[in-house]
Amino acid sequence: MEPLRIHTGVVCPLNRSNIDTDQIIPKQFLKRIERSGFGQFLFYHWRFDDDGNLRKDFSMNHPKYQGASILVAGENFGCGSSREHAPWAIQDFGFKVVIAQSYADIFKNNCVKNGILTIQASEEQVQTIMRKAESEGYTLTVNLEDQVVYDNQGLEIKFDIPPYPKEMLLNGWDEIGVTLNYEDKISQYELASK
Amino acid sequence: MQKPKNIIQKVWEQHVVHQEAGKPDLLYIDLHLVHEVTSPQAFEGLRMNGRKVRRPDLTYATMDHNVSTRDRNVIKDPISKKQIDTLKENCQEFGVELSDRQHPDNGIVHVIGPELGLTQPGKTIVCGDSHTSTHGAFGALAFGIGTSEVEHVLATQTLWQAPPKTMNVKMNGKLGTGVTAKDLILAIIGKFGVQFGTGYVMEYTGEAIRSLSMEERMTVCNMSIEGGARAGLIAPDETTFEYLKGRRHVPKGEAFEEAVAKWRTLSTEEGAEYDAVVEIEASEVEPQVTWGTNPGMCIPITASVPNPEEEEKSNKKDEISRALQYMGLEADQPISSVKIDHVFIGSCTNSRLSDLRKAADVVRGHKVNPKVKAIVVPGSFSVKLAAEKEGIDQIFKEAGFEWREAGCSMCLAMNDDIVPPGGRCASTSNRNFEGRQGNGSRTHLVSPEMAAAAAVAGHFVDVRQFTAQEVL
Ligand code: SF4
Repeated sequence: MEPLRIHTGVVCPLNRSNIDTDQIIPKQFLKRIERSGFGQFLFYHWRFDDDGNLRKDFSMNHPKYQGASILVAGENFGCGSSREHAPWAIQDFGFKVVIAQSYADIFKNNCVKNGILTIQASEEQVQTIMRKAESEGYTLTVNLEDQVVYDNQGLEIKFDIPPYPKEMLLNGWDEIGVTLNYEDKISQYELASK
Repeated sequence: MQKPKNIIQKVWEQHVVHQEAGKPDLLYIDLHLVHEVTSPQAFEGLRMNGRKVRRPDLTYATMDHNVSTRDRNVIKDPISKKQIDTLKENCQEFGVELSDRQHPDNGIVHVIGPELGLTQPGKTIVCGDSHTSTHGAFGALAFGIGTSEVEHVLATQTLWQAPPKTMNVKMNGKLGTGVTAKDLILAIIGKFGVQFGTGYVMEYTGEAIRSLSMEERMTVCNMSIEGGARAGLIAPDETTFEYLKGRRHVPKGEAFEEAVAKWRTLSTEEGAEYDAVVEIEASEVEPQVTWGTNPGMCIPITASVPNPEEEEKSNKKDEISRALQYMGLEADQPISSVKIDHVFIGSCTNSRLSDLRKAADVVRGHKVNPKVKAIVVPGSFSVKLAAEKEGIDQIFKEAGFEWREAGCSMCLAMNDDIVPPGGRCASTSNRNFEGRQGNGSRTHLVSPEMAAAAAVAGHFVDVRQFTAQEVL
């Protein structure tokens, strides 16, 4: 997994709440047995109409958001199904950071495992970013070490993140590798609970 | 003296392998259930790193999402077929027990776990599937995980998890006649919203919960995730032990008595605290129907669809308007006036024998409305057999329902059971998200009884008043 320390990127607003993982990646794309290539199906039925043409009224399709790497949304982002295909699609599409008012638990976990940073911000902060992101080429910089998001117009938002996911993201660790160092403890537990 | 503990804290503490400052707890996993959709990349990860499955004996696999409910032996879509075949190969390579499509134990993962007695009180249970919360009905701490975590559990039989906050969801009083466990959990999500449980594990308590059967308790716990909680559980009692006795993986004879004695100690202690408490009066709950595009958007059958103009906040207004538009409904329309064209009785929420029995009781002697296509999909092979033994299949078939093979089916339409664009379905499943049952499909979540009544009437009806005369 790639480490994430400081990231600057174009911001794409998605002004909705309760965006479920069925919308992020619809079920017909869950049949693949690979981990890659899901980006093309991201928000499939919101991005494309029934004939496969881009929907002009969907924010993500606007030319000014092409190449965006920071996604901004409302409350309860990523609710519903536990499918990790959702963060895979988000990442494969080019997003590295999500900023939202709140997240579903499983989705948030899945993001960390894939090196995607999920930042929780207040409703006011999210709305401010959404508004600013209406202007072409609006970028934010995220500094994970210092736990701060800022733009070049004076906006600065501090955010919280527990030490463990922070460390994982900063170092891009393979978690299984880390856990296998605790092999003795696991064996002891197994013996004791027999 | 030690502070009294609730059941969630007790099960948690019993499974901590390692604790250190600045890290979540390393939690031991007693049972890992696996299905074809969320596991291939995890097995591939093991292979790439030369790792093996640490405890194949604590791992159990089934295939349910892609299977055809028309003919178990045929899967037309080659990509679905590949996913199914991949699971089989992976299970062989890594030594994991699998009930494949033709196996008599096959069925939806959350139906067969309890059926086989794999699900037991006090266990930690995970699966790459958010409805793993179902197993909480037995007093197990059961939650859904992503594929990276599936790989982690396969390799280490553990997970790093921060201790959850705990919530007591109190269900006071008794449910009225014709009101079901499904209505109870829908009403709770309707009242408190789709994210009130985020960050929490719930314990369901109260008189209404105690009087539910195991299958009804599974319906409640199944939908914990729809309220945002990764897990929801119910302390085991005589009902639980009675259900478990004699099941294949449950200890027998004296060992069973010992297990029961241990399970009894799991219950929340007098005076134990929770981080939050919510309450609902079960006696006030009416049969529910969802009108929108998430499970929190639900109303009693006696009510009307909400009007966005009555909302103050603009984002709430937008949310309601968008849902009404997607669902093709008018504001203030009585929900009972909504006509349906599909009925799905099935899914890990409501596809067990008692669900089918109750739906069959409603259907008996009636005919499915000619404009409605109705299917019944038992949750497992053994549910199907048991139902056929009782003649339940005949009741459905005579009424005009299709009687199918077991699987997830139209709950998420990954196989060929799909509601067409613009189609409207009364469904006993758990999610009414946009496109869940097929691109452009419109889902209304209801109990099996309400779905059965709607199939006959062709629109939603109050099952409490459902009689031959009123069908018209
Ligand atoms: S029945 Fe539906 S909710 Fe349950 S496991 Fe299958 S797809 Fe998921």
